[in-house]
Amino acid sequence: MIGALLFRDIRLATRAGGSAALALAFFAAVATLVPLGVGVDLKLLMRVAAGVLWVAAVLAALLSLDRLFQADFEDGSLDVIALSPLSLETVAAVKIAAHWLTTGLPLTLLSPLLGVMFGLPPEAVGVLTLSLATGTPAVSAMGAIGAALTMSIRRGGLILPLLVLPLLAPAVIFGAGAVQAALDGLSSGALLFLAAFAVVATLLSPFAAGAAVRLNLAG
Amino acid sequence: MFAFANPKRFMDASSAFLPWLVAVTVLSLGAGVVLGFLTPPDYQQGETVKLMFLHVPAAWTAMMAYGLLALTSLFSLVWRHPLSDVAAKTAAPLGAVFTVLGLITGSLWGRPMWGAYWVWDARLTSFLLLLFIYLGYIALWNAIEDEVRAARAAAILALLGAVNLPVIEFSVDWWNTLHQGESIFRAGGPRISAVFLWPLALSGIGYTLLFFTLWTVRIRTEILERRARSILLSGAA
Repeated sequence: MIGALLFRDIRLATRAGGSAALALAFFAAVATLVPLGVGVDLKLLMRVAAGVLWVAAVLAALLSLDRLFQADFEDGSLDVIALSPLSLETVAAVKIAAHWLTTGLPLTLLSPLLGVMFGLPPEAVGVLTLSLATGTPAVSAMGAIGAALTMSIRRGGLILPLLVLPLLAPAVIFGAGAVQAALDGLSSGALLFLAAFAVVATLLSPFAAGAAVRLNLAG
Repeated sequence: MFAFANPKRFMDASSAFLPWLVAVTVLSLGAGVVLGFLTPPDYQQGETVKLMFLHVPAAWTAMMAYGLLALTSLFSLVWRHPLSDVAAKTAAPLGAVFTVLGLITGSLWGRPMWGAYWVWDARLTSFLLLLFIYLGYIALWNAIEDEVRAARAAAILALLGAVNLPVIEFSVDWWNTLHQGESIFRAGGPRISAVFLWPLALSGIGYTLLFFTLWTVRIRTEILERRARSILLSGAA
């Protein structure tokens, strides 16, 4: 049953009208606009690359979050899912996993290419990819809480970033910080802090998101 | 304490102690500010040190407000007291205002001292993030029409913020020390002398009491508003 829900969410995200490809295109488009704004100096681009790509990745992931629960809530399928033997916490965990597989993972896989285009040296590209692989689950997890809280609001997509972005500050700081440290040849605990943040966020968020879904369905 | 969770009892008790609270607030805040402005100029900061008596207590109060917001949110989630919903709802705008006050007075002080209205110092940045968390909380409350549902959703968000705030604080500190090991902000604190300490303590107490006064008034207003609304609704039916 978990598998059925997971594959359903993945299919919905990847088929026509789904948001997986859109998030990826958004990520690439934002990253392309930055050199147009700040200039083509590769030295400068190399310094800002990690920050820009991390912020773009977080925004791209947020873009598809507002539909995570809302679409199912609006067409009634969330009621059906809630009637299944799965607990709402499990449902939330599965939906987070599906969201990460269709946004966080593709963003991570695309990031080395963009990293190279921003002039990052190979080892920094590796750290960037590793940091996104470690940190994007936290983005999906934190975002899912926001999506569950706002799912009954008609314009929830506008409030969601305000709720989630401040809470994701640690992920951006440690993710981009790890790459900066690698550029400067320093060893830092950034990746470990990022991993700790991601583990705690991923473990706790199904409970918060499940509670939020429950209160929104109760009304 | 749970005795006061009854709105009726809260209204009776608060109408009795509110005048006293106002009086003590005016006294301590007035004394703190007046004594603060009578202090001699600091040997490094000159006259701008007087902003401290407005700035530091505002920051303290903003953080205390978030603590109280999280605490009342916990009460409202666990025990479902309507009064704690009201208390949490009304604490948030107050906390946001104190945060803004702290940021504004801080940047006015920063201009002559650091040469810039805004620097990406760890404390400033985490305070700005605190403001966004307050704004998100208020926005969520306003966006959900059903009051009970709004209260519980907002309470979940408040607790999430409370868990995350120390992590944000830590990460911002880490970020700042990694990127710009400026010494000016760290070394800028010669131990505070007694001349400044007393007015600061007084205005700290004054700000705290001011928060509690405004909070009580806002809770009372909200309760009265809800009563008025239910009377209107029952009249219309």
